[in-house]
Amino acid sequence: MRLLPLLLILAAGPALADWSDTLAEARGQRVYFNAWGGDPRTNAFMEWVNTETEARFGVSVQQVKLSDTAEAVARVRAEQAAGIEAEGAVDLIWINGPNFLAMKEAGLLHGPFVADLPNARFLDLAPGAPAATDFTVPVEGYEAPWRLAKFVFAHEAARAPAPPRRMVDFPDWAAAHPGRMTHPTAANFMGASFLKQALVELAPDPAVLAQPVTEESYAAATAPLWVWYDALRPNLWRAGRAFPENESVQAQLLADGEVDVAMFFDPAAPAALIEQGVLPESVRVFVPEGGTIGNVSFVAIPFNAAHRAGAEVVANFLLDPMVQAHMQDITVLGSYSVLDPARLDEEARAAFAELPTAPALPTLEALGPTLPEPHPSWMERLVADWTARTLE
Amino acid sequence: MLLIRALVIALIGAPVAAGAGLTLLAALGWQPGQGGALGFDLFTATLGAPGVARGLAVTALSGLGAALVALAATLPLGFWIATRPGAARWLAPMLALPHAAFAIGLAFLIAPSGWIVRAIAPVVGWDVPPAIVTLGDPYGLALLGGLALKEMPFLLLMVLAGLAPLDWRAQMLAGRACGYGAAQVWRLVIWPQLWRTLRLPMAIVLGYGLSVTDMALILGPSHPPSLAVQALRLYTAPDLSGIGPGAVLSVVILALWAGAMGIGLIAERGIAGPGRELARRALRGARREGSALGGAVFTGLATLTGAALLALALWSVARRWPFPAPLPTGIDFAQWARGGWAAPLLGSLGVGAAVSLLSLGLAVLVLEVESRTRHRLGLGPLLLAPLILPQIGFLQGLTTAFLWLGLPPGALAVIWAGLVLGFPYALLVLAGPWRGLDPGLPMAAAGLGAGPGRVFLRIRLPLMARPLALALATAFAVSVAQYLAVLLPGAGRVPSLATEAVALASGADRRLAAQMGLLQAVLPLAAFALALLPGRRLRAV
Repeated sequence: MRLLPLLLILAAGPALADWSDTLAEARGQRVYFNAWGGDPRTNAFMEWVNTETEARFGVSVQQVKLSDTAEAVARVRAEQAAGIEAEGAVDLIWINGPNFLAMKEAGLLHGPFVADLPNARFLDLAPGAPAATDFTVPVEGYEAPWRLAKFVFAHEAARAPAPPRRMVDFPDWAAAHPGRMTHPTAANFMGASFLKQALVELAPDPAVLAQPVTEESYAAATAPLWVWYDALRPNLWRAGRAFPENESVQAQLLADGEVDVAMFFDPAAPAALIEQGVLPESVRVFVPEGGTIGNVSFVAIPFNAAHRAGAEVVANFLLDPMVQAHMQDITVLGSYSVLDPARLDEEARAAFAELPTAPALPTLEALGPTLPEPHPSWMERLVADWTARTLE
Repeated sequence: MLLIRALVIALIGAPVAAGAGLTLLAALGWQPGQGGALGFDLFTATLGAPGVARGLAVTALSGLGAALVALAATLPLGFWIATRPGAARWLAPMLALPHAAFAIGLAFLIAPSGWIVRAIAPVVGWDVPPAIVTLGDPYGLALLGGLALKEMPFLLLMVLAGLAPLDWRAQMLAGRACGYGAAQVWRLVIWPQLWRTLRLPMAIVLGYGLSVTDMALILGPSHPPSLAVQALRLYTAPDLSGIGPGAVLSVVILALWAGAMGIGLIAERGIAGPGRELARRALRGARREGSALGGAVFTGLATLTGAALLALALWSVARRWPFPAPLPTGIDFAQWARGGWAAPLLGSLGVGAAVSLLSLGLAVLVLEVESRTRHRLGLGPLLLAPLILPQIGFLQGLTTAFLWLGLPPGALAVIWAGLVLGFPYALLVLAGPWRGLDPGLPMAAAGLGAGPGRVFLRIRLPLMARPLALALATAFAVSVAQYLAVLLPGAGRVPSLATEAVALASGADRRLAAQMGLLQAVLPLAAFALALLPGRRLRAV
């Protein structure tokens, strides 16, 4: 695999001669990778990436651990305001959804660069494909995919063996088990995703969710959602008057036995947390019938990144089939690959086929279909509405 | 001398003034590089947002409540500790314990699935944690309690400092001779005289409590959180439009603090007269009381602090520790072997070393110039501003000012921000002993022909060895405890135990948060132990 970049350059000729320039420029650079730091396994993976890119390309990676991706966005904005055009502190951001839309609209991103990455040939970048669309917003080469996220629930199967089968069943389940479930605050993307998951199932016409929200479409689509939520909320943990800050705090509540249900945006997260000794062994994944919303996580490069070439090298490295297979390994990250299986060669396919399994790790079939995320404008309205309702 | 004054103003005063000024301007709608018309539109819009009113209530209740509870605790505690020098020794380590580390330990003690509940769970028959609200309660009472506990050792040290110049033992004897109980004499005669010394510490406690973010993120409510946490979230929101509203909330916190200080000063006058009369009346109905309450409160405080630290230590090596197990189900050093703590530890050590050395150097410079010229530099307000001003009120503005100056976010900005907060403490610790040095000694040395440089090196520094070491340790402890002052100017580029501990406290794995908290607690303790070590040896000789 060490030869791959070289082989690519030799094989592709002039188009990728630019890439050898990028590699040469990147050598010796230190890439500040701004990424949410709440998951120790992702943090450990970042350190692995640092070791590998240092050895292969002479590019070191320093993870800047964020508690919220918005922190990095705010920093780039502050730099833009301060007139910093080339020496920005942020080189690479783990990003998607509203943060991407905000940065793209404000012209804060470098690009388009994805098509220039040699490993982009393993991606399905057709318009509308998951790797080319971020929360319905076309990516247009301004961010490179790196891991797949899909909404799942987890339950403590020893205490709560029969979780709800559809979103619409949650109020009844909660009434029968008062205080035993909650969801993160909607100010956090996981809490917002819980509401979106319900919205996708409960909206009379889910097709409107792909369009930017309007007053009429919002009112019509969310009316059943709020009826459902008003029935659910009184039976949530702490009577629905307090909410965990994020999914990790909720996982801690599950580990402590304060609740029986948690939710993740990574189907392998419960299995990984069991292996680390955080969650009890009896935790299992469940998904509502009809599938759950999912999206691809991306990396983007700010317009003023000080180490742009190094950032591109790292973005390309993350798309290497061997790196994607390493990431999908349950003992490493357990994140599902973003590559198009049809575009992989024999060796890469074998690497994916040999990955280990675990009892709490769902199969791809058990996860059901992946439903598209609503347009980001829906989330903003949902969050504002939820905030106003719960803070009354 | 003018030069030194200008240096202190540039290094310490200007950043605070620029930070507070930029915060105020941002609240009024103007930001550097962006402009904007000044006005109060942001205030009306921000203050009407959902959760702000309740956040204000949480801030006021927890910040003011904690200050008052801690002050009230000095009544029974102060007397108890004044007569027990042995117990007073424990104040310094309790004071040195960083807020974030203490909060993480305390959170595990009081959580519905925490240690206290686990202790009684087998008796009551709970196999799942009870549905009670102890942590992150909507009113911020857990935050109030945590803050109050953390401020008690500080106020007690200040009580002891205030007692020193009072002839309180004679007053106590006189009171006892008249047949009053010791606790009564303390409460009604001696304690009121301490208020003068406690005013400034109370301003610090209040400014800290109203703007605290690390403890509030761990112990406080999240829906809505206190104003300082809301301001922090706005400052880091994806759209730049959060800076203005965040600044508005910061200004509200500043106003709340100023208002509370104003009311306190007015109330002080108002209470003085009737208070004297009350005290007189209370003394008339003389009855004897013990100081059992003080002992109980101190034991409680020390036990909670010790248990919080023990919880951190146990969690950091726990294999699994499910409810309702009173102890971990196994010991595992894998978390330590993984070494994720090394970078934050080195970051905190490096910044702490730089901050403490610079703070000490600047403090020595100021004091030496003062003693040579025999003039005070009159740095009072300059020194007090960073100590008493709520941090959220100037740190974001300070970060903007650094950026504007072309200072890249990173270690240098964090060290400068740390110096702003550490230098005043180093100077306060050092000034007393330095100014209290028998002027005869340097004079005698000068009389024997020693130049000022020689006097400084051969007389002052050796005599000041212990205060110098303590000042260094104090500035180091202050630096290690900083959260906002690393987070905002550091842009995440400077790993630190405080920011890691708080970030991991909202992660799934309590073991990792405990590990960072434990290290954050150990660093200042080690610094003070080192500072005191040579002193002991000297005394033994």
